[in-house]
Amino acid sequence: MPVSPEDIKNVALLARLSISTSDLAEVTERFGRVLQLVDELNTIDTSEVMPMSNPHDMEQRLRQDAVTETNNREALMASAPAQEQGYFLVPKVID
Amino acid sequence: MVDTKLLTTPVSQLRQLLQERDISSVELTQAYLNQIDAVNGALNAVITICREQALEEARVADAQLAKGQAKPLTGIPILHKDIFCTHGVRTTCGSRMLDQFIPAYDATVVSKLKAEGVVVLGKCNMDEFAMGSSNETSYFGSVKNPWNLDCVPGGSSGGSAAALAAGMAPLVTGTDTGGSIRQPASLCGITGLKPTYGRVSRLGIIAFASSLDQAGPMARTAEDCALALTVMAGVDAGDSTSADMPVPDFHAALNTDIEGLRIGLPREYFNDDLDDAVRNRVMTGLGELEKAGATLVDIDLPHSHYAIATYYVIAPAEASANLARYDGVRFGHRCDKPKDLVDLYLRSRSEGFGEEVQRRILVGTYALSAGFYDAYFNKAQQVRRIIAQDFHRAFEDVDVIAGPSAPGVAFPFGAKQQDPVAMYMEDIYTLAVNLAGLPGLSTPAGLIDGMPVGLQLIGKPFDEQTILNMAHRLQLDTDWHMAHPNLEISAS
Repeated sequence: MPVSPEDIKNVALLARLSISTSDLAEVTERFGRVLQLVDELNTIDTSEVMPMSNPHDMEQRLRQDAVTETNNREALMASAPAQEQGYFLVPKVID
Repeated sequence: MVDTKLLTTPVSQLRQLLQERDISSVELTQAYLNQIDAVNGALNAVITICREQALEEARVADAQLAKGQAKPLTGIPILHKDIFCTHGVRTTCGSRMLDQFIPAYDATVVSKLKAEGVVVLGKCNMDEFAMGSSNETSYFGSVKNPWNLDCVPGGSSGGSAAALAAGMAPLVTGTDTGGSIRQPASLCGITGLKPTYGRVSRLGIIAFASSLDQAGPMARTAEDCALALTVMAGVDAGDSTSADMPVPDFHAALNTDIEGLRIGLPREYFNDDLDDAVRNRVMTGLGELEKAGATLVDIDLPHSHYAIATYYVIAPAEASANLARYDGVRFGHRCDKPKDLVDLYLRSRSEGFGEEVQRRILVGTYALSAGFYDAYFNKAQQVRRIIAQDFHRAFEDVDVIAGPSAPGVAFPFGAKQQDPVAMYMEDIYTLAVNLAGLPGLSTPAGLIDGMPVGLQLIGKPFDEQTILNMAHRLQLDTDWHMAHPNLEISAS
């Protein structure tokens, strides 16, 4: 199924990526090549096949809901690009 | 004068030298740091050098060695792929997004090796977020192949492979989502092992595609890989997909006879598309295994053809979910003066991620979006099962499956960069192994016009032992694994 530059712009917004107008044609063309490659999947019958999300069909292992980590807030906050008084700073969201 | 002999000595022999006190860990560490200083300008294989920390760790290792408290890898220097979180040491994942990221904890692989007393020399360059097969997508620039500086080292663990080949470390770590250990190992002439999915904890490995990612060792010999895997493997409370399976001492069983083992050669790998020179080297290697008592049999993996299409839906889909965490808020790159929250997300991500990473996020987002989920993601997961079943059926009759590691030798820079699909074909023999969650190993099989080529051995789930034993046997009978480029490398 061919994709249009409009489709790419919509997917980019969903993915929170911005594509400049000058790049859009090339991005669309290369995206189309990848899509053409994966469209090959349509040539195989999978009607009776269960999807495989884990190669060993492993069940999710659960653990006790207990605290295992110590408070590491200072060290973790040190990676934030902008912070104030222990909070992450973001542009104003609500007027 | 470069001490080529020392810098190409396998870990198995270095540890004897250390334990017999013929050399100290400080001397060994200094020798590798000197080689890094001498050749990294030309190769660009290492992003961060941990000079002082490494020498301090070496002093601690020497003290343990002196007290006779050494473990098998105590005092051995290592370079980690820059995808493994290292406490207090910058971890970039080859991306501008994490250019300044300093983790607050160690990956389980890093802490297990640290507990063993290995010495961390630094962090290796890689394709951005491990997405690439040539190391050309790194924000920190391409890595050069030490065998020919005009050629790529492979990827995504290309920095690790080039560093090992160039004598910058005797042991390196890598990760493999679709071939990222085996393909660069092949192109740089070293041994690389991707363990079974779940064998090694993924905690602290920056996520690309969570149902495919595995970490493994890269070294000069299968014996060294066996030593390292024994330390790296094991269930981890911090990774609920790590397998709760006993970890054998892979090194202890390495000399098990391979006589009578059956090696399957998929007709789909050895078809007319296979390069004649690669076929010749791979068959020569398999001939050696035959002489050692193994039997070669033709097998079928009838759905091999679909592996690339399946992978390039599943891996980007998982990547698009994993990389959603880079939002410019909690860590990672943030754009200047965002005008609102959406602008912050859009610009931080578009500035922070390179072209290939953005393409895969787009493809993955598309494959998961409303209206396309069934046609792409669900469909790919169904085909994934069919591909895995091919392997399981084949393993009813054979012990190991063999083939090439990569379609050719290292190629020149830029040769495949303009066409994403041409680049994806580099992993045509490795991707399916990740989809099926199997262990795979690349061992050197000689040179083609002076450039190395690898032989791939694929094992049953959790049977790394048999492929290690087979590669070890091949390395006892041949010396292809000891071939190395000239270690006196200078920028041209």
